[in-house]
Amino acid sequence: MSDLAIRENSLGRLASVIRNIPSATLAVLPDTAKLLFRGRPAAVDVAGRAFGVAMPQEACRFSARGGRTAYWCGPDEWLLQAGGEASAALFASLDAALAGQSYSLVDVSHRSDAITLSGPEAAYILNHGCPLDLSLQTFPVGMCTRTIFGKATIMLSRPAPELFHIDVWRSFASYVWQLLEEACGEFA
Amino acid sequence: MSGRFRAPSGGRVDRAKPVRFSFDGQSYQGVAGDTLASALLANGVHLVGRSFKYHRPRGIVTAGSDEPNALVGVGADDAHYTPNMRATQIEIYEGLVAESQNRWPSLRFDVGAINEAFAPFLSAGFYYKTFMWPPAAWKRIYEPLIRRAAGLGRAPAKPDPDRYTQVYAHCDVLVIGAGPAGMAAALAASATGARVFLCDEQAEMGGSLLSEKTAMIEGQSAGDWTAGALAGLAARANVTLMPRTTAFGWYPHNFLGLCERITDHLAGADPKLPRERLWQVRATEVVLATGALERPLVFPDNDRPGIMMAEAARIYANRFGVLPGNTAVIFTACDSAYRAALDLKSAGVAVAAIADLRAAPGGVWVDRARAAGMEVREATVVTGTTGRLRIDSVNLGKLGPDGRVSASETIACDLLLTSGGFTPSVHLFSQSRGKLVYDEALRAFLPGTSVERERSVGACRGIFDLEAVLNDGTAGGSGAAEAVGFAGAAGRAFAVDGDSVGSDGFIGVTPHGGDPSRTRAWIDFQNDVTENDVKLAIREGFRSIEHVKRYTTTGMATDQGKTSNMNALGLVSQTLKRPLPQVGLTTFRPPYTPTTFGVFAGQSRGDLFDPVRKTPVHDWAVAQGAVFENVSLWKRAHYFPKPGEDMHAAVVRECRATRQAVGIFDATTLGKIEVVGKDAAELMNRIYTNSWATLEPGRIRYGVILGENGFVMDDGVVGRMAPDRFHITTTTGGASRVLTMMEDYVQTEWPNLDVWLTSTTEEWAVISVQGPLSRKVLEPLVEGIDLSRASMPHMSVREGKICGVPTRLFRVSFTGELGFEVNVPAGYGRAVWEAIVAAGHAYGITPYGTETMHVLRAEKGFIVVGQETDGTVTPDDCGLGWTIGKAKKDFVGKRSLARPAMMAGDRKQLVGLLTVDPKTVLEVGAQVVADPNQPIPMIMLGHVTSSYWSATLNRSIALALVRGGRTRIGTRLSVPMPDGPIAVELVEPIFYDPKGARLDV
Repeated sequence: MSDLAIRENSLGRLASVIRNIPSATLAVLPDTAKLLFRGRPAAVDVAGRAFGVAMPQEACRFSARGGRTAYWCGPDEWLLQAGGEASAALFASLDAALAGQSYSLVDVSHRSDAITLSGPEAAYILNHGCPLDLSLQTFPVGMCTRTIFGKATIMLSRPAPELFHIDVWRSFASYVWQLLEEACGEFA
Repeated sequence: MSGRFRAPSGGRVDRAKPVRFSFDGQSYQGVAGDTLASALLANGVHLVGRSFKYHRPRGIVTAGSDEPNALVGVGADDAHYTPNMRATQIEIYEGLVAESQNRWPSLRFDVGAINEAFAPFLSAGFYYKTFMWPPAAWKRIYEPLIRRAAGLGRAPAKPDPDRYTQVYAHCDVLVIGAGPAGMAAALAASATGARVFLCDEQAEMGGSLLSEKTAMIEGQSAGDWTAGALAGLAARANVTLMPRTTAFGWYPHNFLGLCERITDHLAGADPKLPRERLWQVRATEVVLATGALERPLVFPDNDRPGIMMAEAARIYANRFGVLPGNTAVIFTACDSAYRAALDLKSAGVAVAAIADLRAAPGGVWVDRARAAGMEVREATVVTGTTGRLRIDSVNLGKLGPDGRVSASETIACDLLLTSGGFTPSVHLFSQSRGKLVYDEALRAFLPGTSVERERSVGACRGIFDLEAVLNDGTAGGSGAAEAVGFAGAAGRAFAVDGDSVGSDGFIGVTPHGGDPSRTRAWIDFQNDVTENDVKLAIREGFRSIEHVKRYTTTGMATDQGKTSNMNALGLVSQTLKRPLPQVGLTTFRPPYTPTTFGVFAGQSRGDLFDPVRKTPVHDWAVAQGAVFENVSLWKRAHYFPKPGEDMHAAVVRECRATRQAVGIFDATTLGKIEVVGKDAAELMNRIYTNSWATLEPGRIRYGVILGENGFVMDDGVVGRMAPDRFHITTTTGGASRVLTMMEDYVQTEWPNLDVWLTSTTEEWAVISVQGPLSRKVLEPLVEGIDLSRASMPHMSVREGKICGVPTRLFRVSFTGELGFEVNVPAGYGRAVWEAIVAAGHAYGITPYGTETMHVLRAEKGFIVVGQETDGTVTPDDCGLGWTIGKAKKDFVGKRSLARPAMMAGDRKQLVGLLTVDPKTVLEVGAQVVADPNQPIPMIMLGHVTSSYWSATLNRSIALALVRGGRTRIGTRLSVPMPDGPIAVELVEPIFYDPKGARLDV
């Protein structure tokens, strides 16, 4: 048997009934290839060149180019995301480029699913579970961080002033989605 | 008209908007802008409740959150019912339903008032003394009776249907209190560009200015100035105004809890809106502008309805246009009550007399009262009052220079207003751990040394003159903004045309000349504590105010003694003849006012109480009728009953199917960690007890992790995917613990190792296919993997494809049968699971749950961490001594294992138990003893850790940890149970296929 099994997003069922709330709109992001890269400084530069996006050196920042994004997750840790690409091919090309370096590359494409929250009340909605100051001064566009939303760990990033991405491990995704939905209810 | 006692004009209420509400079943009319208290007073209703202990009739005393008496239940139905709401803070709306509490059958006639007759027996600490005999009666009679009488208000029995939300928020400057000081502070702070929150517990911001009729600010009336200031603040984008928001708690690092009441004041509120919102505010700087609370004077019979605070009466008259009575007597120790008397008189209340505790009161306010024709009695006290449900007369006494009191006159009245001066509200400052300092001149504790980044402005730090208050607020607001880093705004000085009321006052019990054991002067209204109770406590040896407080319960009611604490302190100080600051002050604790459970729970209820983690196979299992159990946050299928099956029947069937044919089990919840890097094997060697250097890629090994104390912490199988890559599995509950421990070692102890950890728990769905036919089921589905015995032996791992998607296929068994664990990327988990089930149909593939998994592993004597181990079990104790790499130089926990106690021969060791009667299934946790007839306490040799019915063996089996267990194998012990001891035989902890012949096929 060689039929390719169909990939299932953990939010598929919940997200099939999205309410139209312009001030705070929830949506599910398409599946992407995600690799977790960790390594010594010499490997970091190589990885950046191979990926086509340099690993951000500033803490809690992400860089994007084309469909590829590198998120700073820690002093030696980056999440590499490539929309619309096959993770195996990306893994193989980076792994080849990094030969001889000290590093770790792990495919985590299925570990998490991602949600967008957009609209003028997006930050207020997020603050229903996220204790960070989400003003543009302290959480500017281009920032990403691991934080909590309620009782779940998320990776939060801000691609635009009124747009947030929430990357959350599969089994916590429905909790995060429902908690966001509950908070958005105020504006329904 | 909205009540007989509503003045025809004046105040901030809207007489054109009548509002109907009910109290104790009777319908009343108020107007928009009323509180329940002001609307009841406007209808001539003072009696609103019965006191806690003696069921004394009680009336409205204050106009704010300090109200001790007027506690009512609100809500038209049980689900929306809230007890113990302060009538002074409830905004009325059309259809509001409120009721009094602590009375039966009615407020006017209350059977509980019989307690009054027993008052001599109900003094402070009565329950420690009175109900001593016979001892047995305490549990059966006294305690149940007292418990039934205790507590105020009725808790609703139905679930709360309202929504509550919790939001985090950040600001540069949080100003608490929107009176003159707070508004000035917010104006000054926000002028610098700082993000400013201004919160106030009242519906309308303005504080004392809302009831100020004469003072002029910058040439404007207080009301006009307030409206202008608030409009100015509202227009600033950097200002958030938060009315109806109580700052109730101060937590470390300027983290404050604010409760915003959103719908309680609305009839037919939008159901989208939460009833309350918890603001969890992190403020860089806090400005406290919490004002001051008026202190009652304490004298005999001071608790009758119609006796209230002078300033409260002024607020009802000026702000609500309500006359709290027809004829008032004033009893005061300060000038502010004169101001109240003048305002009440101009509103239409007759002032019969002003009794002033001071020997020679004077100054502008006293002169004005005299000029207005009021009779001022100097050095005069109240010695008693009369009136059952409402005050009808006041007895006055002359206070001689020697302190003696001689009766002077009785005056008829329906209102007695008292004022003992003002107590600064230092609750929040004190919660912030700031040090209070006693000010002799002001008779008040004031904020002293700060601990957090905060400052107090205005009356809460003893500044009472309006002009000084406004300027203090301005300085505090700009100072706070500057401390954040904003350039301070130019200092602004306010000009106020108005007279100060000074800061005279009195603390304690006023002289009354009565026999202390026959009079009752109430200090704490809400907990019914009298002068006598406090004196009794002192006579019985309580000296510390903290002890007096607990013995008498003064200050321990829901108002936390806002009106009573200082007077209790004063009385203790008077009685002990010790200066007040040496008596000390009790601790202020959050919340400032009672706060709903709902707002603390917030969104965390129902489905959102905790995350519920589900595997990709979950919905399939639901469709199959699986029964689930919680394993940490995960939902795991416990068993899959067919119609008519109970758990026992289902587990028997699932076990048989797996042993005889093939079973399928969802093992996705197992923790997984990918260990990658040149030094991966070295890290594995240091963390695990086993040796990893010799493990070839493509092979797997069972490994054990110890804590530094040498006890088993976690276990699991580990596959070596490549020389520099390991795929670790952990227990379901131990996943994050193991990752954290390993990451901790890598980062802090061995940063030189080239190795990195990545959690892959959620990357992989794990489908366990077990049983003699498992190979047949999987063979047609895989690509690029040879599952044969020769090419893929037990304990090996291969990478390839299954159903067209990548897999890491482990040949491993937790059942003792031929078995495989199919790892596929989680998004494909459901599809691959269904494909395997379809392929297995012909072989009778049977889904099984965690219960069957446990039975099968127990038959093989495989331990479960957390079941056979409890944090005190070494590898050797649980039969895992073989996992320890003897040649290894070191691993986490190795040194601890060398301690003598860890090697003692009589440690509890894992054994199997077979009940002599094979049908008897032991209880997990039951004790194992040698002699069940030994008198208690028996010597307990160990306990049962796992116990199941084994369908395969047609008998019960159990595992146990027993002292020196291995040497006892072959002997009999006993498991004492309520129905008698159960004889057990100790055996090797493996019951099925001890040679492992079924694995190697």
